[in-house]
Amino acid sequence: MKLKQLECLLGHLQQFSNPKVELEQYPTGPHIASRLLYTAENSFDDISNKVVADFGCGCGTLGAAAALLGAEQVIGIDIDSQSLGIASMNAENLELDIDFVQCDISNLGWRGQIVDTVVMNPPFGTRKKGADIDFLFVALKVASEAVYSLHKTSTRDHVKRAALRDLNASSAEVLCELRFDVPQLYKFHKKKEVDIAVDLWRFVPKRSRGENINVGVRCPLD
Amino acid sequence: MRLLTHNMLSSNIKGVTNGFPLRIEVEKVVEKEVEINHDFLRNIFPKIDWKAFSDASRIMGYVELPEEAPEPSVLESDLEFLRKFHHALLELHLEEGALVCPETGRKFPVNKGIPNMLLHEDEV
Repeated sequence: MKLKQLECLLGHLQQFSNPKVELEQYPTGPHIASRLLYTAENSFDDISNKVVADFGCGCGTLGAAAALLGAEQVIGIDIDSQSLGIASMNAENLELDIDFVQCDISNLGWRGQIVDTVVMNPPFGTRKKGADIDFLFVALKVASEAVYSLHKTSTRDHVKRAALRDLNASSAEVLCELRFDVPQLYKFHKKKEVDIAVDLWRFVPKRSRGENINVGVRCPLD
Repeated sequence: MRLLTHNMLSSNIKGVTNGFPLRIEVEKVVEKEVEINHDFLRNIFPKIDWKAFSDASRIMGYVELPEEAPEPSVLESDLEFLRKFHHALLELHLEEGALVCPETGRKFPVNKGIPNMLLHEDEV
């Protein structure tokens, strides 16, 4: 599938009807979503025929993109039932097979590194401090091959340090810088739209030894 | 929710030492056909907890899977086995029911195929 085609399909997805500011619910626009998944697949082979998880899936944009690019199984995880309802509908409309799980990422119970790739546009941590790193912590426990994530460019050094030093990543690379177009969603938004500079990261987790370990994933700061 | 997802989920309630596998309570199972991918099945096979998977498939009403995991060489040539593996792993959906923590008995409801694994305050 061509990039433009993917971007176009993603543009038809329904987004949050009543976004919740405390969860930092912002739609991942088709421009960013298509580029994230396209890079993951074409540069690194991390999507087609793989098991892909979309953490904090919201309305399911990244998961849908993964499915469209040939992921064998996509699992979308989010804390909010309303978003999951919209994500389900989006998947159905595009005839995509996606499993959804309602869960708080910070206490996700997961049996180890069975998922190949995690893709995510996590909360940036403007409402709940450190939320971005919490998501990364869990993603690196769950993924066996790679984690693709978006973080504010202004946090680049902090994210790199946290990933390599604290979260057991064997590598942490900024693939490119993108503009995240944030529409005027919330009352405190003064402008009609702003662009935030975000880094598209690729993290590689350290592999745990192959045994079936029950990883009760808990965030270290809790 | 497919059994592939079930094979990864565990209970993370405070104090639970091994929350895997979650016991399945069925109210409604739906079958949805998807195209078979032999290479994918061969790759995922070593990662599956077979006992949990075959037990779960039986609860979902599918009795064709062997209780013991077959030798990996079976997946190279036995198309019939691959078909059954594929069917149980990816084509059976728990639409309505619950997932039950094996240690505490706490039920996580499954509605419209989506398990609700949110913990109460005293479980965190």
